[in-house]
Amino acid sequence: MTLSSPPVPTTHPERASWRPTIARLPVVVALLALVWCSLVAYVVFPDALGPAHAAALIPSIPAALVLYGLGIVSWRESAIARIGLTLVMFWILMAVAAPYLPLVDPNRPIAPFTPPFTAKAGHFFWLGADMRGRDMLSRTLWGGQRVIVWGITATACAYVVGVAFGLMAGYLRGWWDEILSFIANILLSFPVMVLLILVLNFLGQSGFSIILAVTFSSAPGIMRIVRGLALVESTRDYIQAAQTRGESAPWIMVVEILPNVRGPLIVDACLRLGYTTVAITTLTFLGLGLQPPDPDWGLMIKEAASSALLWKFAYMMIVPSVAVSSLILGFNLMADGLREMSLRD
Amino acid sequence: MDTHPPQAATAGPSPILECRNLSVSYETRAGLVPAVVDFNLTLMPGEAHGLVGESGCGKSTIALAIMRYLGRNGRITGGQVLFDGRDLLTLSPAELRRVRGADIAMIYQEPMASLNPTMRIGRQLAEVLTVHQGLDRASALDRAAAMLERVRLADAGRILAAYPHQLSGGQQQRIVIAMALLANPKVLLLDEPTTALDVTVEAGIVDLIRDISAEFGTAMLYVSHNLGLILETCQRLTVMYSGEAVETGPVDEVFRQVRHPYTRGLFASIPVPSADKASRPLVTIPGQLPSPTNRPRGCYFGPRCTFFEPGRCDDAAVPMAQVSRTHASRCRRIAEIDWDAPPAGAVTREETTIGRTVLQVEGLSKRYHTVRANEDLTFEAREAETLAIVGESGCGKSTFARILMGLDQATSGSISLMGEELARLPVTKRDRVTIRSLQMVFQNPFDTLNPSQTVGFQIARVLRRFGARMSETQIRERVLELLDMVKLPRDFAGRRPRQLSGGQKQRIGIARAFAGDPAVVVADEPVSALDVSVQAAVTELLMDIQRRNGTTLLFISHDLSVVRYLSDRVVVMYLGRIMEQGRTGDIFAPPYHPYTEALLAAVPIADPTITKRKVVISGEMPSPSNPPAGCPFSTRCPYAIEDLCERTVPPAQIFGEGHAIACHLPRETLLAMEPIIIAADSLNEAHTHHA
Ligand SMILES: Nc1ncnc2c1ncn2[C@@H]1O[C@H](COP(=O)(O)OP(=O)(O)O)[C@@H](O)[C@H]1O
Ligand code: SF4
Ligand code: SF4
Ligand SMILES: [Mg+2]
Repeated sequence: MTLSSPPVPTTHPERASWRPTIARLPVVVALLALVWCSLVAYVVFPDALGPAHAAALIPSIPAALVLYGLGIVSWRESAIARIGLTLVMFWILMAVAAPYLPLVDPNRPIAPFTPPFTAKAGHFFWLGADMRGRDMLSRTLWGGQRVIVWGITATACAYVVGVAFGLMAGYLRGWWDEILSFIANILLSFPVMVLLILVLNFLGQSGFSIILAVTFSSAPGIMRIVRGLALVESTRDYIQAAQTRGESAPWIMVVEILPNVRGPLIVDACLRLGYTTVAITTLTFLGLGLQPPDPDWGLMIKEAASSALLWKFAYMMIVPSVAVSSLILGFNLMADGLREMSLRD
Repeated sequence: MDTHPPQAATAGPSPILECRNLSVSYETRAGLVPAVVDFNLTLMPGEAHGLVGESGCGKSTIALAIMRYLGRNGRITGGQVLFDGRDLLTLSPAELRRVRGADIAMIYQEPMASLNPTMRIGRQLAEVLTVHQGLDRASALDRAAAMLERVRLADAGRILAAYPHQLSGGQQQRIVIAMALLANPKVLLLDEPTTALDVTVEAGIVDLIRDISAEFGTAMLYVSHNLGLILETCQRLTVMYSGEAVETGPVDEVFRQVRHPYTRGLFASIPVPSADKASRPLVTIPGQLPSPTNRPRGCYFGPRCTFFEPGRCDDAAVPMAQVSRTHASRCRRIAEIDWDAPPAGAVTREETTIGRTVLQVEGLSKRYHTVRANEDLTFEAREAETLAIVGESGCGKSTFARILMGLDQATSGSISLMGEELARLPVTKRDRVTIRSLQMVFQNPFDTLNPSQTVGFQIARVLRRFGARMSETQIRERVLELLDMVKLPRDFAGRRPRQLSGGQKQRIGIARAFAGDPAVVVADEPVSALDVSVQAAVTELLMDIQRRNGTTLLFISHDLSVVRYLSDRVVVMYLGRIMEQGRTGDIFAPPYHPYTEALLAAVPIADPTITKRKVVISGEMPSPSNPPAGCPFSTRCPYAIEDLCERTVPPAQIFGEGHAIACHLPRETLLAMEPIIIAADSLNEAHTHHA
């Protein structure tokens, strides 16, 4: 009698309201997978698609719109989360829709050093043109593609690794925990950028190296969070119930524990997507990440670095910086909003 | 609004504290939740008033509202709280602080809520006096030391120098009481002050509280969910249900002449240690508490009331009606109900036939480094038998359960389940048949189910693991049958645990445990976290299923009343050892083990016709990492034999069939013990059949 639970009436009026939430999860996962797969195919394996290349992203546009709509509806309680979602989904939508928007070729030199809101060489430059005369608007809208693809993929990889090891350390404990925590602590003791640069120097510069680098730098942190959550969760009676009916350790970790720690993990994932975006942009800026000439925010900032020293040409740097910042801000606001909502329940 | 006549100056002493039509609401996302509705209370100087009800009925809210400690989202939406004639609700913050510091003090369930963990006890106590009464430090410390003696804390010097975490829960609560008394308050509000403590420790604190009101003349509002405690401490009581007072009056009158169906239901649904299932079957209150946002029209108790009369009980709010000058009840049918008829719905059960031995525990010990969690346990459990393992927290009950279930391994000794040795066999190495035959019901309803899986999935999972080749339709059908078995609607299969109340979750836990048709079920305090009115129903359910299936039930509990009620045999544990074991009747009648005697004497009994022999034991259970070399109870035992008990482990003395008492006392002394619980009308019949 020391616990006070709000009693639930036997006749339940809420039945209608919880079913859709349950049904929504697989839909969200499917939509995310669709958007992500087609983006990866388009950006990473353009040759493999052959003639389908041009149309690869078309189904992702409605998928992204539906995702946005679902998010807006179900996050009614948090304005912050909805603002964050809007920013993030704007860039994702731009990434999937860029090929079909009436934009000029982002790599075609037209009129160098054109300031924003000026018409030159028969073209109106909303955001100006860079030092080679390429349209900044077009480059900015295209430029999110690679950051988003590699950012999400790398974060997802880091999550798979971090969650797997975190569950093992937190649930199996013993020497699993000691070894895994030891390795994680070593990796965490490197400054992130040093770790990233080391990995990229060692493996060479490619998208896959970025994935590895991000996994090395993020997975230990994720592992620590998951380990802590799993430790707490393992002490709960339903885990003992699973053990006493003889469930295997993988079942307990994946089916019993993982779904119950997802709340904090989703929040952390949003934050980490933000960090990864920063990291990838920084690496590209340092010349260690993605290579020219395709438009990319990091590259744009890097290329503009010398020209932008003159105030007159600062827009070349400001425009991609604002773009990348808004994406990161979006992820962070989403994380804040989700945390706020989870605390209220 | 004010329905009370003003107190005439000449009409004897005036009340020290009065609540008039007090209403309190909480602002939540779901809107304004009325937690307390139209509450009236009159507390005279020196009087102890009990406020009793189940969790969530608004008891704490009243205490907090009186202190005006409601927090950010609490609002007093109407009424007055008069202290000594002054309305506390209109005081300025400064005046309020003075009243709180000097005139009204509150004691919470969790003593640590009132203690500063980083400050020594002495300083915390002295501060009360230096701040509020302007004493200097030295004399303040002297007064503090003197007060510690009065709350019966020995060794004041050591305690004053200690930090709160170095003291036990019982000691902390005594410190909190001492701290409150130092300010010499006129009113003491106690919110479940002993709920977090063990029974034998609780008994000491309750004794202290009773003496305080006599000695200091402090008026008390005693909040509790335990009717027995109220009977032992208070002169008047108010029974709350769903935010309303439903019955109020002098304790004796209300206990002897119940005039509200809810109060009556409560009495009928709590087991008392003087009765077993044959002599006084429990009558459960159907249904559950309404949520404060979803209360029924008219009488809030209506949907659960057997006397409910449509049209009368559900048309408009039911007012309080006087039963006598001092006794009132919120029921429309007081005059019509036959209050002396035995409550309907009692089912009597015949004795179960106990079969062969299924579980044999022999010399089982478990040590964690220096901690002796289990020491030389030997007992057996038979088919279709309910074996209770009783003891206070930390006595090693749950450790034994963990070893039996294979979540931990014994240090030495053996457990044999139908011939198979399990003491050192972890669950991961047990075969499917063994795992299937041994299942568990857990204590905490909020922990027992996986929050992210549906109820149906969780029950079906057991069937999938244990049910020999069942098809999906068979599994689904069986899940629904199991829901029927635990008396829950079938559509619960699709629900998630958070949509269930505590009692409902516990029912699912029971369905899950019995789904694989196990031979032995271990139930670790299965009802102790539930509301009183729900406990009985879950207890009955567990018993019914166990009987029907012929399952052996190992019922782990600290609650002697429930144990008396449902078990066939009892094992009493203390500090990892078995003190006494035997048939339930033998355990509850002399000869007692001195510890069993103390436990029995400590149980508060909600029955004024019962008298208890007083047994005083002091102190608390020693740390299991440093137990006495001899009898574990020797540090507290009133009979302890010097130079013997603390050195030598006592032998088990056999009295009658399977009744063993581990004690050094001579046989004659044990046999000469007087019964602890004496029922006024059944003095002779109840306690004569011991060997
Ligand atoms: N801070 C709060 N915010 C919202 N609701 C609350 C709060 N505290 C208590 N309640 C609700 O008010 C009702 C009465 O609670 P409480 O006074 O704690 O009951 P009791 O002490 O009898 O268990 C319950 O329904 C409870 O859920
Ligand atoms: S008013 Fe009616 S429903 Fe309420 S307690 Fe009395 S008889 Fe029962
Ligand atoms: S052995 Fe001694 S200390 Fe232990 S219970 Fe018996 S008399 Fe008391
Ligand atoms: Mg309370």
